[in-house]
Amino acid sequence: MTLYRYLAEGMFFGFIVLIMFGGMLTVWSRLLMHAVLGLAVVFIGVAGLFFHLGSPFMAMMQVLIYVGAVCVMLVFGIMVGHSPTQVDRLRWSGNNFLLASGTCIAGFVLLTATLIRTQWTAAAQRVGDFSMQHLGEAFLHQFVLAFELISVVLLIAILGAIIIARPPQESDPS
Amino acid sequence: MSTVMNTGFLPLELLRIIFALICAIVIVFGNAVVMGYLERKLAGRFQRRPGPMEVGWHGILQLAVDGVKLVGKQLIIPKQTDRVLYRLAPIISFAPAIMPMVVIPFAPKLQGRDFDIGLIFILAVVAINVLAILIAGWSSNNKYSLLGAMRSVAQNVAYEIPMLLTLLSVILVTGTFSLRGIVEAQSGGAWFIFFMPVAFLIFFAATLAETNRAPFDLPEAESELTAGFMTEFSGMGFSLFFMAEYTYMFIACSLTVILFLGGWSGPPLPYGEYTSALWFFAKVYALLLTMIWIRWTFPRVRFDQLLNFCWKYLVPFSLVHLLVTAVVLKL
Repeated sequence: MTLYRYLAEGMFFGFIVLIMFGGMLTVWSRLLMHAVLGLAVVFIGVAGLFFHLGSPFMAMMQVLIYVGAVCVMLVFGIMVGHSPTQVDRLRWSGNNFLLASGTCIAGFVLLTATLIRTQWTAAAQRVGDFSMQHLGEAFLHQFVLAFELISVVLLIAILGAIIIARPPQESDPS
Repeated sequence: MSTVMNTGFLPLELLRIIFALICAIVIVFGNAVVMGYLERKLAGRFQRRPGPMEVGWHGILQLAVDGVKLVGKQLIIPKQTDRVLYRLAPIISFAPAIMPMVVIPFAPKLQGRDFDIGLIFILAVVAINVLAILIAGWSSNNKYSLLGAMRSVAQNVAYEIPMLLTLLSVILVTGTFSLRGIVEAQSGGAWFIFFMPVAFLIFFAATLAETNRAPFDLPEAESELTAGFMTEFSGMGFSLFFMAEYTYMFIACSLTVILFLGGWSGPPLPYGEYTSALWFFAKVYALLLTMIWIRWTFPRVRFDQLLNFCWKYLVPFSLVHLLVTAVVLKL
């Protein structure tokens, strides 16, 4: 049993390292394409965490929707307008700086507050029921709000892809 | 057997997984060799020429020679490419191709791991290939590669809809995502192809497009785009894409066999729990040969024809099919 434990723990930290690496790539890279692919790495790492925590369905959905759909949409949007030799310059000033730091701090505060406030309970024993009936009832009865919100995420992803892919002439007078 | 292997340090289950992974890799490479030879030989025959004849009996060792040649070739990285992504793209395309082999049930006792959601697992893993093709096309910094990659995505996204819809009709009947469960639901010759032949045809057409096979091979249309998204790749980079394509064909045909042709079921064989894998492989290779046959028989479609075929015929038909299946099940 101990070998399994070591392997599982190793995988867990491996996935965390993968997520950190992807996140840093997303934030620091100067090439838009690298940023999006870093995001894909983050998504795959998160899927691995879901898998590790005994929720393979979530893991598969994570890969199917975020890597297979959202990232492909973003990459598709970017590849039309940007070539590998076109490195963006840093725009580390004014509005961008304020917006970015505001979002980061808000996100950090929200997440930490949730983490501290939530009364964590151990997850119930894995249900293991992936029949159509069970999934359908879960999606359209129990978790219908979350299910509908996911489609908003997809809409935002498509809008984001359009905004990113739009040529910069309109906002940039130079 | 189990007492010998249960050493405590390496538990049996772990050994089983490692063994399954090794088998998966063997199947991937074996399939690439067999398919490479069959494709060249059959292409030759369809065009009234002998195909490879020089190396070994009827050129049977040709693929070994080609493999050595491809491994030995210089990896050329053009100057204007994105070097990291250019090197990564073939790997990202090839690596996910191995994973579905672990959940495919070849025979009642020949399955790496039965997964409750095996079908979704395969779909999720295979979705990464689209990303790999995009990366390959973009990082090459070549207009042919870029066009090939863009075509590939448009085609994949469009044809995924009828594929998933027909898949859903099968799932409605079986009520499970487990590949083993789907095969067992068809035991005794009650194959789904007899109940829903239209779904089978739609699914097969969609898999042809999903695996970029002729007549839907627009992402690598030789006469228009030299080699599409893999124009700039040489040596092992190219051959990894090549093997990935054959593996995805194998996976697509395996899925078709599992969903519509009853998986491993067939006339009983001795040691059927293992040897009925022969039926599985026989069906898969019959479908693969059909794919080759189609490729060398039909001309390539135009891009507008490709998308029209999907949105105007396949999607409505599969929607109606899903509706009919649901109604029939409720009656």
